Amino acid sequence: MAGITPSFINEVTRRSGTVPTRCYNCSTCTSGCQFAHLMDRKPHEIIRLVQLGLKEEALSASGPWLCVGCNTCSMECPNSIDIPAVMDTMREMAISRGKVPDEAIYHFHREILGSIKRHGRTHKLEIMMRYKMATRDLFSDVDLGVRMLSRRKLHLLPSRIKALGDIRNLFRKAG
Amino acid sequence: MEVTWFPGCSMKTSAMENHESFKIFCEAIGIRLVELPDWNCCGSSSAHSIDRDLAFDLVARNLAMAPSGRPILTACPSCTLRFKEAHHHLMENADARNRFHGKWGVPFDESKQVMHFFELIDGLDISAFAQGEKPLSGLTYAPYYGCMLARPPQLRRQKNFHGLMEKILGTLGARAVTWQGQNRCCGTFLSVARPDAVTEVVNGIVQSGIQSGAECLVTACAMCQLNLEIRCNLGRRLPVLHFSEILTLALGRGKDTDRWFRKHLVDPRPLLDAKGLI
Repeated sequence: MAGITPSFINEVTRRSGTVPTRCYNCSTCTSGCQFAHLMDRKPHEIIRLVQLGLKEEALSASGPWLCVGCNTCSMECPNSIDIPAVMDTMREMAISRGKVPDEAIYHFHREILGSIKRHGRTHKLEIMMRYKMATRDLFSDVDLGVRMLSRRKLHLLPSRIKALGDIRNLFRKAG
Repeated sequence: MEVTWFPGCSMKTSAMENHESFKIFCEAIGIRLVELPDWNCCGSSSAHSIDRDLAFDLVARNLAMAPSGRPILTACPSCTLRFKEAHHHLMENADARNRFHGKWGVPFDESKQVMHFFELIDGLDISAFAQGEKPLSGLTYAPYYGCMLARPPQLRRQKNFHGLMEKILGTLGARAVTWQGQNRCCGTFLSVARPDAVTEVVNGIVQSGIQSGAECLVTACAMCQLNLEIRCNLGRRLPVLHFSEILTLALGRGKDTDRWFRKHLVDPRPLLDAKGLI
């Protein structure tokens, strides 16, 4: 086990804008989460790791990467903790220290942001193709892609905004 | 009533049938949609997932461009949440307002309210716009909200819309089942990186709908509609209708509906035909 980082709780509180110290670990969040059974560290465990200053354990967990931010947990939290905001913060901090515990999901988010940077809007076909290249998974979902293309649910060309300079300026930090 | 319309990426591309039926429905009840010129993506699930400042800035550009004096209307639950969070942040936080002013050259105008489609139609008597009494009589459906009624703690005090679809479709004659899938998240973007996880969830939702006796699911989210169709691998499936499609059919305004239903991966036409709706 790595050491304790006393400043961790303060940093998470500042970045997330919510107050994890309010948690008394009732685990209502985890009970309602659709994906908790697939997480190595479940939502209430992540909050506890944050409280205890166990930064290494929290940031190396892949659990937060499976969170889709559906707010089922935060809606039920008796202490009004914005749990998805803590999950966002875990991902941001993991990225900034250069160790990402779920590369596939990280690739997906980067492809979405790349598409927004290039067009100002998301272009689903391009996102799917680039994601498949990046993860070297070329053959799954090919039949689905064909069905979606034939129904024109996937478009060959992106919908693009005019003032792309506005968008690109926002990406100076995100890269 | 005139509103600034923010369609978002899904309705503009993969869920065109949602957009088309939505526009017809709004016109039928007297709402004029003026699309926000040169709008950009709200950042979807990905911007806030890995860069919270970027998520704020992407919404802020749209807020800055929207004209004053009329509300900004959204229909996608994900866009709505991103907009409402950014709007709330701007209302509460002076640094956020400074960042907004610095980036877009105009001060934040709090009169530009963000309004979801549900807020607009809540309390309206939609049946008054229908042709004939209870046009949806005989249709049994499962109302599916996914995560759209859930919200983060800072938005808790805002009005909620539990039961809105049942209330409105009930006045039009449709019967809602009581079932357990109603507010279960569809898995959204995990559909790409973790299709196995989403199939498990989606199968559970559709199975629950079948067991409750529903003939179809009705959803007000384009992302949910897509996941429920593409990731369900049960032997028997249910058609998944957009709320806007069923509303437009009930008002007798669905023209050229084959164009919408051709886009569905589970064809709803046999059901709608049997109910005399197309």
